[in-house]
Amino acid sequence: MKTLEEIRKIRESKKKELELRVNTKADTREKHILVCHGTGCTSSKSNVILENFKNIIKERNIENVRVIKTGCFGLCAKGPIVIIRPEDTFYAMVTPDDCEEIIETHIVQGKTVDRLLCKDIDGSIVNRLDDLNFYKKQKRIALKNCGVINPEDIDEYIAFDGYLALEKVLKEQSRDEVIETVSKSGLRGRGGAGFPTGKKWELTKAVEGEQKYVVCNADEGDPGAFMDRSILEGDPHCVLEAMAIAGYAIGANKGYIYVRAEYPIAVQRLKIAINQAREYGLLGKNIFDTGFDFDIDIRLGAGAFVCGEETALLESIEGKRGQPRIKPPYPAASGLWGKPTLINNVETYANITKIILNGADWYSSIGTENSKGTKVFALGGNVNNIGLVEVPMGTTLREIVYDIGGGIPNGRDFKAAQTGGPSGGCIPKEHLDTPIDYESLKEIGSMMGSGGMIIMDDTKCMVNLARFYLEFTVSESCGKCTPCRIGTKRMLEILERLCEGKGEEEDLEKLDKLAHMIIKSSVCGLGQTAPNPVISVMRYFNEEFKEHAIDKHCRTSECKAISKITINSELCKGCGLCQKSCPVNAIEGEAREVRKINQEKCIKCGTCLSKCPFKAIS
Amino acid sequence: MKCNEQVQEKFLNEEIFTVYKQDKDNLIQILNEVQEHFGYIPKYTQKRLSEFLNMPMAEIYGVITFYSRFTLEPKGKYTISVCLGTACFVKGSQKILDRLKERLKIEPGQTTADGKYSLDETRCVGACGLAPVFTVNGEVYGKATVQKIDQVLDELEGRESK
Amino acid sequence: MEKVKLTIDNKEVEIEKNATVLQAAKKAGIDIPTLCYLKEINEVGDCRMCLVEIEGRRGFTASCIQKVEEGMKVRTNTPEVMEARRMMLDLILSNHPQDCLTCVRSGNCELQSLANQYNINEIQYKGERIEHEIDDLSPSIVRDTNKCILCRRCISTCKNVQKIGAIDCVNRGFESCISTVGNESLNNVNCTFCGQCIKACPTGALHEKEEIDNVWEKLRDEDTIVIAQTAPAVRAGIGEEFGMPIGTNAVGKMVASLKRLGFDKVFDTNTGADFTIMEEATEFVDRFTKEDNLPMITSCSPGWVRFIEKYYPDMLNHLSSCKSPHQMFGAIIKSYYAKKEGIDPSKIYVVSVMPCIAKKYEKDRPEMEVDGIRDVDAVITTRELAKMVKQANIDFVNIEDSEFDSPMGEATGAGAIFGTTGGVMEAALRTAQELITGKELEKIDFESVRGEKGIKRAEVEIAGKTIKVVVAHGLGNARTVLDEMKEGKVDYQFVEIMACPGGCIMGGGQPIKSSKTRSEVDVRKLRAKALYTIDEKSTIRKSHENPMLKKIYKDYIGEPGGELAEKLLHTTYSAKPKYDIGNE
Repeated sequence: MKTLEEIRKIRESKKKELELRVNTKADTREKHILVCHGTGCTSSKSNVILENFKNIIKERNIENVRVIKTGCFGLCAKGPIVIIRPEDTFYAMVTPDDCEEIIETHIVQGKTVDRLLCKDIDGSIVNRLDDLNFYKKQKRIALKNCGVINPEDIDEYIAFDGYLALEKVLKEQSRDEVIETVSKSGLRGRGGAGFPTGKKWELTKAVEGEQKYVVCNADEGDPGAFMDRSILEGDPHCVLEAMAIAGYAIGANKGYIYVRAEYPIAVQRLKIAINQAREYGLLGKNIFDTGFDFDIDIRLGAGAFVCGEETALLESIEGKRGQPRIKPPYPAASGLWGKPTLINNVETYANITKIILNGADWYSSIGTENSKGTKVFALGGNVNNIGLVEVPMGTTLREIVYDIGGGIPNGRDFKAAQTGGPSGGCIPKEHLDTPIDYESLKEIGSMMGSGGMIIMDDTKCMVNLARFYLEFTVSESCGKCTPCRIGTKRMLEILERLCEGKGEEEDLEKLDKLAHMIIKSSVCGLGQTAPNPVISVMRYFNEEFKEHAIDKHCRTSECKAISKITINSELCKGCGLCQKSCPVNAIEGEAREVRKINQEKCIKCGTCLSKCPFKAIS
Repeated sequence: MKCNEQVQEKFLNEEIFTVYKQDKDNLIQILNEVQEHFGYIPKYTQKRLSEFLNMPMAEIYGVITFYSRFTLEPKGKYTISVCLGTACFVKGSQKILDRLKERLKIEPGQTTADGKYSLDETRCVGACGLAPVFTVNGEVYGKATVQKIDQVLDELEGRESK
Repeated sequence: MEKVKLTIDNKEVEIEKNATVLQAAKKAGIDIPTLCYLKEINEVGDCRMCLVEIEGRRGFTASCIQKVEEGMKVRTNTPEVMEARRMMLDLILSNHPQDCLTCVRSGNCELQSLANQYNINEIQYKGERIEHEIDDLSPSIVRDTNKCILCRRCISTCKNVQKIGAIDCVNRGFESCISTVGNESLNNVNCTFCGQCIKACPTGALHEKEEIDNVWEKLRDEDTIVIAQTAPAVRAGIGEEFGMPIGTNAVGKMVASLKRLGFDKVFDTNTGADFTIMEEATEFVDRFTKEDNLPMITSCSPGWVRFIEKYYPDMLNHLSSCKSPHQMFGAIIKSYYAKKEGIDPSKIYVVSVMPCIAKKYEKDRPEMEVDGIRDVDAVITTRELAKMVKQANIDFVNIEDSEFDSPMGEATGAGAIFGTTGGVMEAALRTAQELITGKELEKIDFESVRGEKGIKRAEVEIAGKTIKVVVAHGLGNARTVLDEMKEGKVDYQFVEIMACPGGCIMGGGQPIKSSKTRSEVDVRKLRAKALYTIDEKSTIRKSHENPMLKKIYKDYIGEPGGELAEKLLHTTYSAKPKYDIGNE
């Protein structure tokens, strides 16, 4: 247990010690080697890199150098990432074998290892992280500490104003004042639907009840989204602190974090963080000697997307099948074990401490009129800079795709961006200048969702994409209500028929009718939004649907049953790259000749399409 | 590998019955531990949990079959999971899966007859930057291609035949 | 209770604040169709048939669970709502076998009648159906998951009412289905064969294991003497299968029909019940005086017996050793009656017509035989009998009444009330009291043990001693009583337990009432009334005064509880594994 005084002291001394993390001009002889330990980089052996650094430093007896594991830096495509502070040198795609050279050249000789520097999209070599185009238009609020602190060291969190917001509310603010600040900030739920967070807190506070709960929804199931995971991995304490603040505001003394078991690193870091917070008395009884008790437990999900739906999540915490409850009553009135319960997602909580410390006005000055603050997106798919980005609301899709994301690889064209995952929709080229906010996205048939943003180039078949999403929904439907259980399956069957060239024109009408009925009739958010990807694709890419249904033709090579890959003899320059890449030797022709595809041999795998530098194959 | 009743009993006594309260709410937590420990949820364990938590076996079975992380059969020595998250899908993970199905001659969710390989689909392991990815016993292989799959399988085969 | 006003299809309705839109609509004379709804048992809003439009809401709302609100504006029949309902039916039917003509529930299927009502002539969204294996390994219940529509009425009944949970929802999404653990046969799991799930099922996914064909075969066999015996509750239910009002006592028509079907003799299990009372009351008096294994618990409900054997094997010593009435009666028919009539008992085929499907299992229990002769050979339910009557082209409603055959057809009013909760207790008390005091009772109605309350406790004064009795019906309530006993919270002397809520009149073999009927009419009360009326109108209302019984005891059995009585009329129990499914 630490007293408030002791916590303050830790903050002061650590702040000085860690200044080099955020200030390139920090007055220090120390160097910190930060090694990304997010799931992406860990998958590429960043843990080995960390160990190598440590061993080399120990063996060579190098002083004043520390090796720190951090959360995600964001630019996952360039991982594993190593950053050296205070100079902020950014090394990309580092391998364990590179450690020796980095130590020798950078640390010992004071020179940069040029070959490991990152090449930006425009071809320029970039020294510093902040100089990358990827970071220029970003604004990091929720991700503020990710990549800066060691998530497994509570002192580092405290150094960067950690637990200061909790101190502030417990010591200085009434419960209503806290809620008012959150309301005034304009923060809306980052889990998808965008319900005003302050309103939710207010509703839960207003319900009478001896026992209330605060729940953190960390069941990030949207395939292709990893915002919440990155926050939990990079800055777990900011979620714990925000939950405690919420607990104070609504009158709860118990919190649960429901997190996917598929996120072992996040779970591990949360466990460490909770234990450390308990040790310091920042969770538990009588926090800061104010009489406020609050503790948090972790509950693991077990692989069910529907548990991201708040009432299904509650069922799952209670140990049951994750079948959603009928609303009303809403969790604010009757949640966990029938008690008033506040549920917010990870990213929502990650904004809270910053709002408390910097004020509602500061927060609401960022973003658009109805969507305040920033939003984190997991940018993926056919885009150069795959990774985690945080942008102010109102940033356009074009800025994200081209300025931050660095555009589409292999010289292909942008076709669509998918946001909102299985509940969202596809945004076509003509809406690239749409500002990202809750209402605008909805208007163009998509939704904010939790933050997955998948970019697709022109080699992607949109009917097949719709099929992909329905396949996901069908396998993740809980099976409780008729429209979702059987209806989505029937939608999928129609889409499968279309992709196989067995569809009929009337299928399109049937699909549309069923989609709208499922939206209106389903019990929960999963069913009510499951048809969205199909509806949006039918809206913007209706031509492709018609081609599949009537002409039995897929303009990309994705629907193999109805696609034919051909080489445009006018565009082909005879380079032969396609021929080399073909796994079944179906491409014929001599050197420098225009190549031809032997349709009998071709298995329509599409490998040649991506290899052709002249877009001659389609 | 299947494990016998004594082994299960020992684990349950040491790690479950003495740790958890006899409360239905704990079912998923306990099942997560059992899955983690044995690699599946054995029938005998289900029966013992039914007694411990005072709930019908059918209800426990309903929970096990609802969550995709829980399995009723032991996994193979090597569990190969292909990520079918959107980022990986867009980058062609279906081809990776198709190749594995072809080589292992099993469907996702199944285990080869010799108990060596299990094939799974997962939804986003969170390594979207490396898409498409697959994992072998949790170890992530990024930027996967059909060639890479073949290489990994050949290597595992080689390891096995030694 | 506070009231709220709302409008439904432009009609204003005032109703209690906690009412649902469905209830309010009913009050306004509007019948919203339902499928998964089962009053007070399954109110979950899953099937989406009862969807309505509520002004100001985006999507449709399930009226069966939506509470009314002041000023709410509800529309139940807009074109969109009607289309949604058609779509739901289309989807359900797309995943349902199209073999209505050969289905056991044809004509009494809630899905079929909705499909008719909504004119579903062709299925729009055809697609994959998952094929399930049919489970017909148990002697009592057939589970045909192919016909299941996932309404979960069976689960709620089994898990929440009976507190058994033999079945539950397994898998997820389109692959969801109702199943036992590991899709084992009901025979091998914790199912007690009470059959309440069958009565909850709106379709043909759950039904009894029929024995009609065996019975027809024996009826056609000239060498076999086929004897029917009918349980008390059957007469209070069978009329419903022929459109007679609920609560009709159709005993005369039932007996006449059985005779027309070709049964050689038609006897009354009520007489068997009188034997049970003689034995049970005697056993009780004996145990009460010796204070031996008290409380004594009744054993005439085989679902209950299977329950205690599986769930409370350490309490089997409390169970009365009496066989159930039809087993006793079967044993007497094949011994006393056979001897008296000079028939080779092996040529007798006893068919029990029962409101119960657990009795199908009971008759197969190895204990249920005397010297290698099975007590009962076939058990058919009230529903099966009705089906046979229909197959034989018998005009049940207009057939002239007939009477049970003598000498085994004479029963008392006490025997009749066996068919309802509290009846066994009441009948036993009438006899026990007189056995103990030797004096005739002034008042023989024990109202405190009648009625719908799940657990009825009463104290009865006999010869200066207070006897504490309790009556429980439904296995959920049985569990409560047993737990109370186990914890030593109570000191009962006599306990009556029936597996089915309401007793035999509501047994798993009785006519199946639709969800709509169940929410509009108190079926239990009406059927019970029929039995209490029989009792009231009987000249003899105490089992021990049944002259035929006295004669059989005098001529053949000897003393109640005596040596021959033990052999013929009593049985033993043993602990049974809750799950007989192995460990691998």
